[in-house]
Amino acid sequence: MKKKGKVNSSIIFTILGAIAAVLTLFPMYIMLVNSFKGRAQIFTDTMGLPKPLDFSYYINATQKMNFLRALTNSLLITIISITLIIVFSSMTAWALVRSKSKLSNGILYLFVITMLIPFQSVMIPLMQYMSKWEIKAINFSMMDTFYGLIFMYIGFGTSLSVFLYHGFIKGVPRSLEEAAVIDGCNKFQVFWKIVFPTLKPITVTVAILNVIWIWNDYLLPSLVLRSPNLRTIPLSTFYFFGEFTIQWNLAMAGLVLTIIPIIIFYLFSQKYIIKGVMEGAVK
Amino acid sequence: MNKKFKSKITTALFVIPSLFIFVNVVIIPFFMGIIYSFTNWNGFAFNGSSFIGFKNYVEAIGDEKFAASFWLTTKYTLVMVILVNIVGLALALLVTSKIKGKNLFRGVFFLPNLIGGLILGFIWKFIFTKFFEQLGELIHSSKLFFNWLDNPTAAFWALVVVGVWQMAGYVMVIYIASIESIPDEVMEAADIDGANPWVKFKNITMPLIAPAFTISLFVTLSNSFKQYDTNLSLTNGGPFGSTELITMNIFQTAFGYNKYAQAQAKAIIFFLVIMVVTIFQVYTTKKREVEM
Repeated sequence: MKKKGKVNSSIIFTILGAIAAVLTLFPMYIMLVNSFKGRAQIFTDTMGLPKPLDFSYYINATQKMNFLRALTNSLLITIISITLIIVFSSMTAWALVRSKSKLSNGILYLFVITMLIPFQSVMIPLMQYMSKWEIKAINFSMMDTFYGLIFMYIGFGTSLSVFLYHGFIKGVPRSLEEAAVIDGCNKFQVFWKIVFPTLKPITVTVAILNVIWIWNDYLLPSLVLRSPNLRTIPLSTFYFFGEFTIQWNLAMAGLVLTIIPIIIFYLFSQKYIIKGVMEGAVK
Repeated sequence: MNKKFKSKITTALFVIPSLFIFVNVVIIPFFMGIIYSFTNWNGFAFNGSSFIGFKNYVEAIGDEKFAASFWLTTKYTLVMVILVNIVGLALALLVTSKIKGKNLFRGVFFLPNLIGGLILGFIWKFIFTKFFEQLGELIHSSKLFFNWLDNPTAAFWALVVVGVWQMAGYVMVIYIASIESIPDEVMEAADIDGANPWVKFKNITMPLIAPAFTISLFVTLSNSFKQYDTNLSLTNGGPFGSTELITMNIFQTAFGYNKYAQAQAKAIIFFLVIMVVTIFQVYTTKKREVEM
């Protein structure tokens, strides 16, 4: 009797879950089917399957969005920013943990309390300040360049990353490092050969949290980048969508294109993503 | 002595790169912003601007549009905090129950969170306009399904729907972590005592996941307050400027109307409000955790 009740509750939960999943995925379904439909079908039937299947909007959208360019730009900016955030913040956190002093505590607090500052509260002076970092003779400028944008991403990504590394390193025993010092390693060797490999779990978390944020960020690149050929995916989506909202099929095809990289990334690293978000949030 | 000095130098070398960048990107602009907000800075050279005391703040508070977007943001945040947490907790309970295909469901519910707010807003723009119009005609209920983005009240709820759709999965993950850490023995003991599911939920699950509430409320509170991307892509403040959230108002004041100093005063007010509200929230929910 009791067993039967259990089976039933499992079926009910699964049905509820399926309903919630369909509701969650429904907008994506609508986006997908309408990216293949002709104008006439969109006006009469948004819900049904496309007939015939027309791929031309994808070709058109790829060209109009300069999609491959935007994809390369986004990949470049995200990968370089994440790498540098990981290098700098892990080193900083390790040095702060190992040199117990008032100064290092103060620096950690500085990182932590500023996590509350919203981007919008610093963006206006930031843009003015960064536009002054300019050397015309060698064409150096923080505005409208990838290195300028990456520099700012490191600045905004450091706090949380240092904080996460700091929490993790506190639990890493010193003994291995001391042995390496006796063997004659200098600090850089100790860090990169001994310490950094043991930080792998938290490095994955830091990488994932920063990827989600930087990949999807719209506001900062919209303020920093001006040239159309430097646009990231969110930027080119924005300009593209502004131009083609009347042509919904083309617009939907463009949106599907922007989501494909995210889905691929998600399929390959779902386990790490959910774990990373869990750890990042709980701390 | 020499060795100690050398070790200090290397420590400094480890800390300086990130500290240098961080100070220049966050700390210096933050203090510049505080100073600018008390001047008549016009967005170009700061030289030549003069201090005008609290004038920008007085004007910001007196600005009707700012007051309106402030209230709208407050309303939006309040509704979001409640709905996101209810939906997120419900999903978490569902995927930690005796459901089949747990990981698949978790993966699906979390997916919207990975797609940026800008792109989500664009997807839903199509749904709320074209799809809703057709659905209304099809099932003869054009009172509920019409172009939501043409109507101020409906447009507000459109923002809420997209926000809940995006954030519920994130909050779900936080609740899952907490629910899974409840020891099995506790639940088994309750089963033996004959507790029904509701009693178990109310008397065991809820108190034990109190720390997750602190985090989830904090996350939804600050993210809703800072919402910008979805607002931009879904409604762009419309119809008739009725859905302009506070971040959009700050942006428009600066880059739309070129009132940079006033926009910065609003940005500082925005920062202070976020800080006070989140600290108050964490403080009160933490206190409840201890009591429970």
